[in-house]
Amino acid sequence: MEVLWNAIVEAGRMLFSGDFTVYEIVFLSLRVSGLSLLIAMVIGIPLGYLIGSRRFLGRQLVMVIVNTGMGLPPVVVGLLVYMFLSRSGPIAELWLSISGATSAPRWLFTVPAMIVAQVIISTPLVTGVTAAAIGSVPRELRLQARSLGASAWHEAALTIKEARRGVMAAIVAGFGGIISEVGAVMIVGGNIEHSTRVMTTAIVLEARKGNFGLALALGFILIGISFAINNGLTALQQSGGRYER
Amino acid sequence: MIDRLRSAVFRRTAGILLVALVLAMSLAACEPKEDATDTGDGATEATPLVLASTTSTQDSGLFDVLIPAFEEAYPLYKVEVIAVGTGEALELGQNKDADVLLVHARAKEETFVADGYGTERRDVMYNDFIIVGPADDPAGIEGMSVVDALTKLASTESVFVSRGDESGTHTAEKALWGKAAITPAGDWYMSAGQGMGDVLKIASETPGYTMTDRATYLNLKDSLALEILVEGDTSLFNQYGVIPVVGAANPEGARAFADWIVSDEGQVVIEAYGIEEFGAPLFFPNAE
Repeated sequence: MEVLWNAIVEAGRMLFSGDFTVYEIVFLSLRVSGLSLLIAMVIGIPLGYLIGSRRFLGRQLVMVIVNTGMGLPPVVVGLLVYMFLSRSGPIAELWLSISGATSAPRWLFTVPAMIVAQVIISTPLVTGVTAAAIGSVPRELRLQARSLGASAWHEAALTIKEARRGVMAAIVAGFGGIISEVGAVMIVGGNIEHSTRVMTTAIVLEARKGNFGLALALGFILIGISFAINNGLTALQQSGGRYER
Repeated sequence: MIDRLRSAVFRRTAGILLVALVLAMSLAACEPKEDATDTGDGATEATPLVLASTTSTQDSGLFDVLIPAFEEAYPLYKVEVIAVGTGEALELGQNKDADVLLVHARAKEETFVADGYGTERRDVMYNDFIIVGPADDPAGIEGMSVVDALTKLASTESVFVSRGDESGTHTAEKALWGKAAITPAGDWYMSAGQGMGDVLKIASETPGYTMTDRATYLNLKDSLALEILVEGDTSLFNQYGVIPVVGAANPEGARAFADWIVSDEGQVVIEAYGIEEFGAPLFFPNAE
């Protein structure tokens, strides 16, 4: 119990003593996962809308792919992204043949590489949950809107609005999937101090070094931030619906 | 009516909040990167130099003094340490994703250079492995030679926790079992597949025996219920080598780092590390 208490005290001390390293790590985590989530939303919400509201050839296959993607271990995503972004990978080869240069630049172990991996992890989550939410909006609503002269865009906006709780749940799921993952950012980011070290990889490092207290303190900070963000998202999710029925 | 109005207000607030959240996140995303990196003069931007090394080297704390010393001598380069297992470090080098390697698995390193992935391999330093176990030493291996100790552990089927991750330490451990003509297998031989710190924790909790580098053990000693039982055997010496990678993104930096670490300047830093904290050096420089 004392270990736990010490970790909580340490977490508070790190947060309020203005420990620069901790802020740096926290902000990088938010930067990477926040931007990844944004991109995942831009891809996943429209895609989820299409899957949930339209019948098209290959829809079932797309759904299976999305559902598989929802359960993909981050470390596998990390390995795949590593292979693709490696200086001896396919993209580097393509880049060399196009640019005519002799040496490819390094894309691995950078923030953009981490974002690529996290977008791949979170997009299926956002897409899948959005599709389920859109699918539960009564079809009649959309038909009625169309018959009243709404454009396809209008119809989409109306449907997403109607399914907003589910869409918020999709965003929450997407965020939760990446703020907490360590497998992918460890491989493609490399856990470089002051450069690609995020909360989860810092926790792994400290735990490996045997600094369980420090690792746990960082863990508490991660939980606290997740809690605050999810608190905001959940408040948003609930606020619209309260007066509806 | 009021309900509808409220609902609209709520929706708008929700919208504004969401936009604010998104903006805050994108702002955080656009934040310039260099703020975190240098604390010094920051005249010209340094070229990144990727050093792939092992978790045990990083966990020993050596890089905390070694890297700043190198960067002071060569302000042109900013070293980015990727700490992985030796197997992964060599893989990173083979794929040209790292510029220079500092690892400790001599045979693998020599193959790496012979296969044309590294320009050359030079000795840098060594540290030593030790066999640790519970203080009451149920198998009674204290003070034995390595071969005798391993034979005893196998014959008494005492729990032995192995790294099992193809790291330099794991490679060295396997070589020693080979020397004792034993193929360790069975319930007593636990292959953890984790870093040295984790393995020490597992051995301490089980309790069991394990082979570790001295530096990691000394770093964690206070949180472990493990004592040094076998040490000083020459077969326990753990040689580190430095290899610049062929076709690296930053070949000049790689060469500069390799040259520096084997120079007197680099060797002095290595020799001094650990004296203050542990009363004895953790690494022994032996570059030629």
